Amino acid sequence: MRFVTVSGPPSSGKTAVILKTLEHIRSTGKKVGVVKFDCLSTDDDELFRKHGVAVRKGLAGALCPDHYFVSNVEECVQWGLAEGLDVLISESAGLCNRCSPHIREVLAVCVIDNLSGIGTPKKIGPMLKAADIVVITKGDIVSQAEREVFAARVHGVNTKARVLHVNGITGQGSYELSTVWTEGRDTATVEGLRLRFSMPAALCSYCLGETRIGSDFQMGNVRKIDLDLPTGVKTDGGPQELGPMPGTDGGGS
Amino acid sequence: MKHDLLHLTIEGLLSRWPFTQQLLVDRGHENLIDSPEAALSGTLEGPFLAELDEFISGMEEFLGTNEQKVSEVTIRGGRTKDGSDETVRELTIRVGEVVCIVGPTGSGKSRLLADIEWVARGDTPTGRHVLVNGEVPGDKWRFSTEYKLVAQLSQNMNFVMDLTVQEFLALHAESRQAGDPEQKIQRIWNWANELAGESFTLDTPVTSLSGGQSRALMIADTAVLSASPVVLIDEIENAGIDRQQALEILIKEEKIVLMATHDPILALMGDRRVVIANGGMTQVIEPSDRERENLDELRAIDTRMMGLRHRLRQGERLDTI
Repeated sequence: MRFVTVSGPPSSGKTAVILKTLEHIRSTGKKVGVVKFDCLSTDDDELFRKHGVAVRKGLAGALCPDHYFVSNVEECVQWGLAEGLDVLISESAGLCNRCSPHIREVLAVCVIDNLSGIGTPKKIGPMLKAADIVVITKGDIVSQAEREVFAARVHGVNTKARVLHVNGITGQGSYELSTVWTEGRDTATVEGLRLRFSMPAALCSYCLGETRIGSDFQMGNVRKIDLDLPTGVKTDGGPQELGPMPGTDGGGS
Repeated sequence: MKHDLLHLTIEGLLSRWPFTQQLLVDRGHENLIDSPEAALSGTLEGPFLAELDEFISGMEEFLGTNEQKVSEVTIRGGRTKDGSDETVRELTIRVGEVVCIVGPTGSGKSRLLADIEWVARGDTPTGRHVLVNGEVPGDKWRFSTEYKLVAQLSQNMNFVMDLTVQEFLALHAESRQAGDPEQKIQRIWNWANELAGESFTLDTPVTSLSGGQSRALMIADTAVLSASPVVLIDEIENAGIDRQQALEILIKEEKIVLMATHDPILALMGDRRVVIANGGMTQVIEPSDRERENLDELRAIDTRMMGLRHRLRQGERLDTI
């Protein structure tokens, strides 16, 4: 079974691109499925089902969505195999741009849109930087110049990726993308494989459900912004810092 | 040696690769610049010639000048939607040509354009093959950011960046690493103003340009700064822009122009028009003399309509037209 991780900022067009692309794969008689990861709620599973795509959804709820993803990805692969899928897609939004679900030896796709601003490729981080394929969407509504500038910025962040332009509404470019998704190797398990980029270090009182604000309630891995405040302004001092955990300063890969 | 340096004189070297002058100076050969007839083989040492050769290759790669220019694109016919052979078996479009694409909605115009953009190798639903300069091209046209075969201009495209015209063009020039950006920006701006009629300054924010001005700037910018040799236009609205001149600018900048249109004036402005039906190219029509004569009449009708629009805007009644 081909396994592809698709990620991208919210509203960049991931679901539309996946739907259009899987349509081409399905038309060749292959069985396709999606595991949709989201945080609080999603109706996209209905949308996939309506298009004949086998689907499971996972809502991270109170958990960090990326930790939730990596803790469940092997089970998703086993589900795909049990369903007899030829192609399985995992779809997850990179909600804080800090993480990426991309796994070594598994085709990694990042979906990003022309409207998100030319500073975005730089901001997105490992989701884009560690991708094999970058899909740029919403090209039909911006000028040729902006498309070229945006693509150049993407290239500046990830020089190795193959860049494709796909229109999620008309499907232009999705046939081409489908040919790239079906080449490459099969995945029978992701057990033992490694993430391309480490997850963020997050272990503080807020991770455990704290809602109150103030230094008295902050424990664990907490870091303060250096605001260079004038003397006399009350600061809450903050707790003892544990220091960054491995991987917080751009490690990984 | 990749370049034929041994048969060149100093003058020949400098005229072909002006940037080599700096290397001559850096290596203490500036005296040679004063003896242009000297042959390179007799005057320069082997190791320096090898260095010169490498240097030229590096600069050419950086400047993109060793890239073969796209002078024509050929489409080899494939299948229609029902699997039968496409009627038109081969269509070659050359630089400076304007080819219109006509056909009803859903007939396969977009697929044709997508086949060109993806440089199809019999691996798309139509089974078409696209050749560049008569050859099967490499993967670079498919996946790279620098080489895209097709630039697109359509009606619903807008500027979304919060920049002035000057900043916007400078940004585009920078991302393309274009030489002499100042001159290019001036040229684009001059052309855009000519096309738009209604003039705008370089410090106008791109988002506050009128529809006609935006379209004019997009066309002039694509003509001068876009790396793509093929420009695909999805109609040019007949408002606030000189369409004839827009096409002329693209031709002057050696683009291959494909235009999807149902506008009779635009369709007759093309050198040829391709008819699409049921997913296949069914005919290639060259405008007849009669059609060209009719173009003048169509333009007259157009001018008259524009006049009526103008009168409406002025608050006039159209009791007599």
